[in-house]
Amino acid sequence: MQAVRNCCAVLKRELKSYFESPVAYVFMVAFLVLTGFLTFSVSRLYERGIGDLQPFFFWHPWVYLLLVPAATMGLWAEERRAGTIELLLTMPVTMMQAILGKFFAAWLFIIISILLTFPLPLTLAYLGDPDMGVIFCGYFGSILLAGAAVSIGMLASCLTRSQVISFVLALLITLLLILAGWPPVTDLFVRWAPLWLVDAVASFSLMPHFESMQRGVIDLRDVAYYLSVMIFMIAAAQVVLDNRKSA
Amino acid sequence: MLEVRNLQKHFGAIRAVAGVSFRVAQGEVLGFLGPNGAGKTTTMRMITGFLPPSGGTALVCGHDVREAPVEAKRCIGYLPENAPAYDSMTVLNFLRFAAEIRGFRGADLVGRVESAIEKCRIEEIRHQSIGTLSKGYRQRVVFAQAILHDPPVLIMDEPTDGLDPNQKHTVREMIKGMAAEKAIIVSTHILEEVDAVCSRAIIIRHGQIVANGTPQELKSQSRTGRLDDVFRKLTLDKEDS
Repeated sequence: MQAVRNCCAVLKRELKSYFESPVAYVFMVAFLVLTGFLTFSVSRLYERGIGDLQPFFFWHPWVYLLLVPAATMGLWAEERRAGTIELLLTMPVTMMQAILGKFFAAWLFIIISILLTFPLPLTLAYLGDPDMGVIFCGYFGSILLAGAAVSIGMLASCLTRSQVISFVLALLITLLLILAGWPPVTDLFVRWAPLWLVDAVASFSLMPHFESMQRGVIDLRDVAYYLSVMIFMIAAAQVVLDNRKSA
Repeated sequence: MLEVRNLQKHFGAIRAVAGVSFRVAQGEVLGFLGPNGAGKTTTMRMITGFLPPSGGTALVCGHDVREAPVEAKRCIGYLPENAPAYDSMTVLNFLRFAAEIRGFRGADLVGRVESAIEKCRIEEIRHQSIGTLSKGYRQRVVFAQAILHDPPVLIMDEPTDGLDPNQKHTVREMIKGMAAEKAIIVSTHILEEVDAVCSRAIIIRHGQIVANGTPQELKSQSRTGRLDDVFRKLTLDKEDS
């Protein structure tokens, strides 16, 4: 019980710190402007004349690629730079409680940003007759995708005390995991690599698991994939932080 | 209340702390002296559970820092070097966070925070964000965090470093005010501090204890009877002197 409370205390502090500085507002505006621009100006949501949000969800991995590392880069790097990590870890919390508190804070922050796009499905429902089930699945998948991206960003943040390095590192790892299963890239590899190998590599990617959810299919395997990415990254963060501490 | 048993720490090939043992009882203020790089901060970080020891251990109110780190941490109030704190938070929110993590809820939490604010005399800056505070206030805010849960063991790493004479005086008065019911360790390289607040002092050099006694006993080790000379005699390398 105290463990949950400790996690919540860390979570609350972390979430507050987003909103106490301009970070949260800059981030949310950037997120909404970027997704709006890509959805309307690049994918031409209106001109398509189809009542769904496919053009909106299509861009999410790319927006997260750019913005999630910005939200997570400070999680540990800033604690280490400012020395507050010494304060946090000498309080009666375990390392795992601190990690989980921070992870859920960053994830929750991104989820709030995602939910702020609510006028989009409302507009769609007003103009036409979209399949709300598919839209719900899209949001669900997007939230899971964001969780995976947050966990990657948090791991990158443990590795360094420089926020810039943390940002670039998170961006690279996420990019790699996106490209490994992105059709334009996999199509190139299919020409010379055996299909099973391309498929195996692609199954580690963030993309194919998101695509089926965009179409309105929630497959437990996709959910399990995202959860295992998060668990793996969180466990890796714990190992890295423990090692840093004793070095 | 606090027992340190043969504590050791290696960073690669460097031996930062090479077997330090001592005890601090309730009512004692232990001055932890030594030149920069002698291992004071490393020793404190091991006692407070921030660094795992390479060897030996410390018992805080009977809790082994290696076997029961969370229980040991509960009994400690810690003021780290340079008073790190979350710059974007207000003083009040920061103290509320500390109280929450220490397990206080509701009215109890508010009471704890208020009494810490009162003890450390930071009422007027309670709504200011920590990043905007002067060094003296910042020190007191982190000090407030350290005493909020009324810990039996209080550990302070250079609490008066960089403060002006008035602020130093305030911090020393606060330490003296709490001395009776706590076991306190204060690290410093300001020797006047030892006379001002400490009931006993330990001098360490290259990670080892070279002297342990009351300020009077230490002074008697030098013909001049001054702490500065004892400190120089014990900690200066031959090639430096």
